[in-house]
Amino acid sequence: MKHRPLRTFLSALLIAIPVTLVLTLTGLSKGMIEDFSARTRGIGADIMIRPKSSTFTSLGSAPIPEGVVDFVRKQPHVKVATGILMQSLGTPTSSAAGIDLNAFNEMSGGLEYIAGGPFRTANDVIVDEFYLNEKKLRVGDEISLWGADRKWRLVGVVKPGKLNRVFVDLRQLQELTGNTGMVNIIYVKVDDPAITAPVITELKKKLVDYPIFSMEEYTSLISYDSLPMLSRFTNVVVGISIFIGFAVVCLSMYMAVLQRTREIGILKSLGASRWYVLSTILREAVLLAIVGTIFGIGMSYVAKWLLETFAPASLPPAIDATWWPIAAGIALVGAILGAIYPGLRAARMDPIEALSYE
Amino acid sequence: MSERPIIQVKNLRKIYRVGKVDVEALRGVDLSVARGEFLSIIGPSGSGKSTLFHVVGGLTPATSGTVLVEDRDLVKMSDPERTRMRKTVVGFVFQKYNLLPTLTAADNIAVARDIAGQNSSIEPEFQKVLDLLGIAGRLKHKPFELSGGEQQRVAIARALVNHPAILLADEPTGNLDTANSEIVLSLLRDLNDRLGQTILMITHNPEAAAYGHRVVKMRDGRIDG
Repeated sequence: MKHRPLRTFLSALLIAIPVTLVLTLTGLSKGMIEDFSARTRGIGADIMIRPKSSTFTSLGSAPIPEGVVDFVRKQPHVKVATGILMQSLGTPTSSAAGIDLNAFNEMSGGLEYIAGGPFRTANDVIVDEFYLNEKKLRVGDEISLWGADRKWRLVGVVKPGKLNRVFVDLRQLQELTGNTGMVNIIYVKVDDPAITAPVITELKKKLVDYPIFSMEEYTSLISYDSLPMLSRFTNVVVGISIFIGFAVVCLSMYMAVLQRTREIGILKSLGASRWYVLSTILREAVLLAIVGTIFGIGMSYVAKWLLETFAPASLPPAIDATWWPIAAGIALVGAILGAIYPGLRAARMDPIEALSYE
Repeated sequence: MSERPIIQVKNLRKIYRVGKVDVEALRGVDLSVARGEFLSIIGPSGSGKSTLFHVVGGLTPATSGTVLVEDRDLVKMSDPERTRMRKTVVGFVFQKYNLLPTLTAADNIAVARDIAGQNSSIEPEFQKVLDLLGIAGRLKHKPFELSGGEQQRVAIARALVNHPAILLADEPTGNLDTANSEIVLSLLRDLNDRLGQTILMITHNPEAAAYGHRVVKMRDGRIDG
């Protein structure tokens, strides 16, 4: 390998690409889940009530009447209850939250402003720092959230970590989306977090069919395994990665075997067995996979930096070191599979033909 | 010299299949080489001398006949058995040296040790052979840094490092100038004289062949005197 540094470097780099792909994807999954969990916990609620038709990952199409929020507020031990209307901004990872600012502040301890301040007029919008940086905005800018017809004025920038990245007034969003008097999540804060469970039990009796979770339970459910789309997508990427590793090493080793036909003939004339020749090729492939994995891990840090720099709001990345051995395994499996055919070809070479190869 | 021949070839035939045509390269060769003998086989191109070299060295199977090397019949050996035999029973020296280009001279020699399952460091006793070959000071060099004569001497060292019973040399001076040819041939003769190394050398050059104890001529796949 060290005698053909360019080929070795390029092969390792190509093996590194699927490793980077897997590590970036899984790091992104972890980052998004951690970010979502942190923002959910940052609301400061103890209980979450979701629409009747909702699933764990989707809010469904039938929102909750605001009367339910009023009903919940009147229940024993309920300190604060606020209804939120979440509305997609057109991509799966971005949404705007329609909030009653006073009630939300009471529950969350208040949005922490880095610049600007709270809503003052109907078209005001507040964003978090990540969103501001990703969209390269400044306080006072006019932005479009749902089409160019209506402009929103950026009035406040807050620290990230509370519910969402984009906030508009609840009434404005209800009106805009035809959901007057409706919300799609109710957050509840109880007067003593220790009695959250019995409060939920009581709420479930009174609000039949509404999915009600403690925040602790809900955030614990948000994991890689609980998001089937994500795990399926990751499996596809892993499969592609193994194939790329296989193809790269197969091509690289095939070329190497062709280049070294005469050398293989020399080894065979010296009495090298088929296994000796095959194991030499396999050892080289394993070494390529190890170097490729190290490159890949390094490149995943580069990918993390790129995501943090250019898409901090929509794609919050993380480094998930638990995937390093898996990524190494993927590279190894691909490399070994890819080396078998050229390795066997080399092992089966006729020594006389190989020696006469020019 | 021992009375029992180290190589005994009887009625050896070798037929190659080239496309749809059978080529009879060896047509009943009979040959006997005594232990410690330096035998030269001479003949024109196409006479079958290289094929005989390949068969006796276990690089290719015979079609029929008997090839006893140290009392083991190569004709009855499987491919893996012939591969094992090449590790320690025979050592090859080729016209084009056939050194591994990316390794130093020392590593080229060590590879042969490694393949034979030996410790890849060179034995102290082998130093005598390296001194005899005059390459002890050139072992850290790669083949492209060595002259043709030096490369061939490294190839001879590699062929001898596992103490083979037979050294097979195929046109060992074919790529060398006269001065280097004389050095290599004298060395082969020295190795034979001093170490009792059995050598079977193939050449088309009568002057080179004359370095052997005995010269056998080949023509049309047969021994011709």
